Amino acid sequence: MTIIDNTTADVPSGPLLEVRDLHVEFHTRDGVAKAVNGVNYSVSAGETLAVLGESGSGKSVTAQAVMGILDMPPGRIPRGEIFFRGQDMLKMSNEERRLIRGQKIAMIFQDALSSLNPVLSVGYQLGEMFRVHLGLSKKEAKARSIELMDRVRIPAARERVNDYPHQFSGGMRQRIMIAMALALEPDLIIADEPTTALDVTVQAQVMDLLAELQREYHMGLILITHDLGVVADVADKIAVMYAGRIVETAPVHELYKRPAHPYTRGLLDSIPRLDQKGQELYAIKGLPPNLTRIPAGCAFNPRCPAAQDICRTEIPALLSVTERDGTELPGRGSACHFWKETIHG
Amino acid sequence: MGRYVARRLLQMIPVFLGSTLLVFAMMYALPGDPVRALAGEQTVDPAQIAAMKKDLGLDLPLWHQYWNYLTGLFQGDFGTQIASGRPVADIISEAFPITVRLTLFAFAFTVLVGISIGVFAGLKADTLRDRALLVLTLLLISVPSFVLGFLGQYFFAFQLGWVDPNVSVEASWDELFLPAVVLGSLSLAYVARLTRTSVAENLRSDYMRTAVAKGLPRRRIIGVHLMRNSMIPVVTFLGTDLGALMGGAVVTEGIFNIKGVGYNIFDALRHREGATVVGIVTLIVVVYLVTSLLVDLLYAVLDPRIRYA
Repeated sequence: MTIIDNTTADVPSGPLLEVRDLHVEFHTRDGVAKAVNGVNYSVSAGETLAVLGESGSGKSVTAQAVMGILDMPPGRIPRGEIFFRGQDMLKMSNEERRLIRGQKIAMIFQDALSSLNPVLSVGYQLGEMFRVHLGLSKKEAKARSIELMDRVRIPAARERVNDYPHQFSGGMRQRIMIAMALALEPDLIIADEPTTALDVTVQAQVMDLLAELQREYHMGLILITHDLGVVADVADKIAVMYAGRIVETAPVHELYKRPAHPYTRGLLDSIPRLDQKGQELYAIKGLPPNLTRIPAGCAFNPRCPAAQDICRTEIPALLSVTERDGTELPGRGSACHFWKETIHG
Repeated sequence: MGRYVARRLLQMIPVFLGSTLLVFAMMYALPGDPVRALAGEQTVDPAQIAAMKKDLGLDLPLWHQYWNYLTGLFQGDFGTQIASGRPVADIISEAFPITVRLTLFAFAFTVLVGISIGVFAGLKADTLRDRALLVLTLLLISVPSFVLGFLGQYFFAFQLGWVDPNVSVEASWDELFLPAVVLGSLSLAYVARLTRTSVAENLRSDYMRTAVAKGLPRRRIIGVHLMRNSMIPVVTFLGTDLGALMGGAVVTEGIFNIKGVGYNIFDALRHREGATVVGIVTLIVVVYLVTSLLVDLLYAVLDPRIRYA
């Protein structure tokens, strides 16, 4: 088997991954569910993009489309491009995409217990990466697996390499998932809610480990989450998704300080704060829309406290956000007709 | 593990005693007796019959007869057939290999074809090909094996002339092909359905998505990740099924005139040959117990989450 050249010499400069106008829909019994409706984002090497949104916002589906693990059918990608190192992956053959998966782009899933194969030892599942992609022998693969387990700080890796997933704690299992994603030193890691299933104390450890490894290998990282707290420490930039669209983009700390979309503001206001103890917790009213019947105009309009007539008829484009005096705010964008009022009050 | 096996082996003792007693009592309760069966339609002097029964110990109460049988059994004596005067052990050693051969043949057929059909359907669940195979298995489940046997005989032996309608005394492998297919067809349908459901279910699991995300080739995803998990319920079923196939062989052997265990059991029942029936049934029970133990052990090998203490 050929080993794919890992050097970056001949790679065109620019972002590692660029998603352009991506649309994904699912054909269901109730009609066509439009899960992703024109998403654009990009990640460079060493950069962390956090994709934030409620369940059903299309954040995971976008990631699965990038990874090439969507179930098609019922899924379909009617429009869009996904460039990885300048090449559109949607135009590649299945075999070409398979060689990217695991080697160039790896994924970490939410629930490590169900995402690891219950009947194969972790050593087997880690070693499989080396055996299949690099053609190593069983023995070599095992040695490399132990190294990997050490790397993600699993104690007594040598003794535990033959254990099965159910014999590990939740945090250790997620470390194994991380180790598996890291095995072939990919350029990009997509982590789909990697800490949601973990205890709060373990969450921080796993997140720190992931951030540390990302720095060390200079990888791009897409962090999909609904947890604003997880994002703050590790992300460089944030894309907030709602009903299959990106409604706001911003460098991480700017978003917290000055949201430019009513939905983002609602999300931030619904975080419990110690200084508001005793007051009623804010919640965005209403429910996320049914993806087979997304409201006309801005999808958020039925829940938006500031909705006007235009919001019910015209879909707002993601426009760049500026200061009051017109100074550009780099990396900031909002898909709200009234972003000025939202950010500048 | 060792303790578990020992415990399971010890559990076989009461099962063995219980099943022999049960079959023995049922034979005792049946109207008619072997001596009268020996005479057939002729009228025989009742005094002579009574004398013969006394000779054979058949006049004793049930518990005494059972005791005699058991003590004989532990000395390696399965008893003697009254009509033929042959030791039951001889009959068993003659008939058993034939039935074992038929059963294994049917079992191999069930495993190979059943699992293949199940995987084939399960990988494309809810498509036309899946539905077609489901209908086929439903057909096999609803048609009794004797109907299938006669149909097979009619088409392949009488119409096409590919096989002999009756199996010879040697019961060679090629002769047993049609009987094995008939015997295994019901289990095949169950195995196919079980495999299909298991495969379709595991196909949707998170770890399968992980396997795809790892960039593994499809044959590895299916062959290693999917199959290891999907086969767990199927193996359990197959273990208990091996015993059921041996029992089912009684009917199939009758249709194809195979001189195996089933034929002998039927023959012995007609002549009220208690020792023969009890001996054969007990042996089938033991086979059943041993295979189910083996399956339980295999289960732990397939699924590491199961550990026996």
